Amino acid sequence: MALDKQRFDTLILGAGGAGLNAALQLANANLKVAVVSKVFPTRSHTVAAQGGVNAALANVLPDNWHWHMFDTVKGSDYLGDQDAIEYMCREAIPTVYELEHNGVPFSRLPNGKIYQRAFGGQSQNFGGDQAARTCAAADRTGHAILHTLYQQNIRAKTHFYDEYFAVDLIKDEEGVVLGALVLNIATGEPLLIESKTTLLATGGCGQVFRTTSNAHINTGDGMAMALRAGLPLMDMEFFQFHPTGIAGKGMLITEGVRGEGGYLINKDGERFMEKYAPNAKDLASRDVVARSIVTEVREGRGCGPDGDHVMLKVDHLGEDVIAKRLPGIRESSKIFAGVDPVQDPIPVFPTAHYVMGGIPTDRFGRVMPTASDDGDPLPGLYAAGECACASVHGANRLGGNSLLDILVFGRLAGHNIIEYVKQNSAHRPLSDDSVAQSVDRLERWDVKGEGITVSELRKEFRKTMEDHAGVFRVEDMMADGVEKVKAIRDKLKDVRLTDHSATFNTNRTEALELENLIDVGLSIAVSALHRKESRGAHSRPDFPKREDGEWMKHTLYWKEGDKLEYKGVRSQPLTVESFPPKERVY
Amino acid sequence: MKVSVYRYNPETDNEPYMQEFEIEPRQGMMLRDALLAVQDQDESFTFRHSCGEGVCGSDGVNVNGSNKLACITPMSELKEPVEVRPFPGRPVIRDLVVDMSQFYAQYKQVDPWLIRKEPMPEQEILQSPEDRDKLDGLYECIMCGCCSTSCPSFWWNPDKFLGPQALLSACRFLADSRDQAKEERLDNLEGPYKLFRCHTIMNCVESCPKNLNPTKAIGHIKAIMLKDAI
Repeated sequence: MALDKQRFDTLILGAGGAGLNAALQLANANLKVAVVSKVFPTRSHTVAAQGGVNAALANVLPDNWHWHMFDTVKGSDYLGDQDAIEYMCREAIPTVYELEHNGVPFSRLPNGKIYQRAFGGQSQNFGGDQAARTCAAADRTGHAILHTLYQQNIRAKTHFYDEYFAVDLIKDEEGVVLGALVLNIATGEPLLIESKTTLLATGGCGQVFRTTSNAHINTGDGMAMALRAGLPLMDMEFFQFHPTGIAGKGMLITEGVRGEGGYLINKDGERFMEKYAPNAKDLASRDVVARSIVTEVREGRGCGPDGDHVMLKVDHLGEDVIAKRLPGIRESSKIFAGVDPVQDPIPVFPTAHYVMGGIPTDRFGRVMPTASDDGDPLPGLYAAGECACASVHGANRLGGNSLLDILVFGRLAGHNIIEYVKQNSAHRPLSDDSVAQSVDRLERWDVKGEGITVSELRKEFRKTMEDHAGVFRVEDMMADGVEKVKAIRDKLKDVRLTDHSATFNTNRTEALELENLIDVGLSIAVSALHRKESRGAHSRPDFPKREDGEWMKHTLYWKEGDKLEYKGVRSQPLTVESFPPKERVY
Repeated sequence: MKVSVYRYNPETDNEPYMQEFEIEPRQGMMLRDALLAVQDQDESFTFRHSCGEGVCGSDGVNVNGSNKLACITPMSELKEPVEVRPFPGRPVIRDLVVDMSQFYAQYKQVDPWLIRKEPMPEQEILQSPEDRDKLDGLYECIMCGCCSTSCPSFWWNPDKFLGPQALLSACRFLADSRDQAKEERLDNLEGPYKLFRCHTIMNCVESCPKNLNPTKAIGHIKAIMLKDAI
């Protein structure tokens, strides 16, 4: 196949907050940067983030980055790497100011400073009173940030490949990544993009589960590309179920609702979080609240004719607060739940929301290919955002730390790439052989004939993941799940497209996405099966305790042979004392 | 229920046609769900969609003559037979997928980014809640294109008239107390077409799925121009 080629200093896959914040640093430094996105950039899923971004600005209540760091380490159930967490919490402050300078329309306080709200798992003074650390633009913070970053990239003349699908990374014999094969969705033409450095910023994989707050596009493409390139994924068993998705639908109702004073009730009208988290109550960490909701429902205290959800009460906040601080939530509740929260409570149930794990990186965004802690990063390959795992979230992410992660590490990856390109100014030679595997992946879908459809297998897969890798996990259920997902992986070879057109063929892109989903889903199922403890979002009734002696370590999963290895948690921060593991109560 | 969708594949069809599908209605079904049900029957049926909750702006379509965002349009509000077509006035790539490049080009024309001339402060640029309130109704645009592609002025002069979306964005920066490029922004909108081709037909207001009011924003820009001219 004769391939068109383009050359850039840097190739960024993904145009969400991480990709665009990296691109902005690079374009501002006059590097030649290409951003590839399978959707127009402002359609990336960062746009759906609601509540806000954490930074210890202390605009509302006393705060400092060290308290933010403590909360994040505790929230991670002591699985987060404390050097990376320290870095993120320190950098949060200049990162948010830079965003504001770039134009983000943050809500404001009477003194003109950025509005900050309370969010789950936040405290003053290392576990004391509730903090207010989440910088918000009403309940549309992700939208405000993503649009602003796109706007600044237009100004900086970043080169965008809109509606191009990344097929695979291209590597040479030494394993160095030289760019990627991408597919122009509108024309069906492949394009080879050669680059000195590549940043994976492809976002999450919530579509592995049937009920999710994630968009149709969140199919774990970058994670699966990393797996196919022989790289591991780290801590994939830690998947966050957001406590408050709209019941039965999965759309997100931000934690900011509880931050503003909303609370959960069961069918008896009881404010049940008081039982599970006497201090933090409804603002306990997400894993805690999600488990409490599921427990209420399982024990017969759920609401509705099927008793399958709980209610989020908001009306006591009054119409003014709701209109000012939660306008988007009011809109979503009316459209999808048929209730106006000004009058009635919102029916909610946990929804698959966020993967804490991902492509392992060091705290500079460089991809780490081995389990060795002092091994070398892979030259020229970076990852940032939800697809990556710098290990700042560990076993459970705090609300407001996701936008923070993508922005801090996207920006940082940008800065490091600038340095790398200064020292490695030439393109490495690229042979046709190295492209062949990726072209094969694409051409496999040209095979015609009878077979299973993409949507059939996708439905089966997502249901299986939901049934076997959800909020509560026990051995037999998970072992069964792994076998089922492996069988589904085998069935992929029998899938056929019914549409073989070149022009805007969504049947083909969805097939490529399904391959990605299944690879990533298996990494979740296999990693989960082998972790025999309960920690953060990974909850095992058959192993109900956290076992720091044996399990305070990161899981690494490789696709080849579904192999697992483990590596230690980096508990030593950069400049402050380590926070040793303690019992986690809220 | 019956859903009739616009079909056109440039590789196989000489001209577009409407194709009818029978789908199973269910409680709370949105137009996007109906289109996905169509796709389940015919995988070659093509449309854009992503978030499913009205924030990404991917799935704008023309249904029963009006531009709407499919994922937040309840089927119960649509009269049968439901007819779904691509946005009017844009070149069709395939089925419901249109080429929006002209629309994006017009957005870029208004320099849609915050411009500061003074050096940045160490912390945030201060803005009073009252000044921040002036951005409400402007910054929430999701760039779905429902407004501009329902605007007759944009149909006739898509290369010269900026269209409601781009003008709403222009107003968003003019209204931002932090922005320091008012003169340049207004100069950039001079001439008979860019701004002044708006004839207040107000299709944009009617079609905006986020309940924004581009006509009001355009009026606001005109008012600033007038005030500056006196």
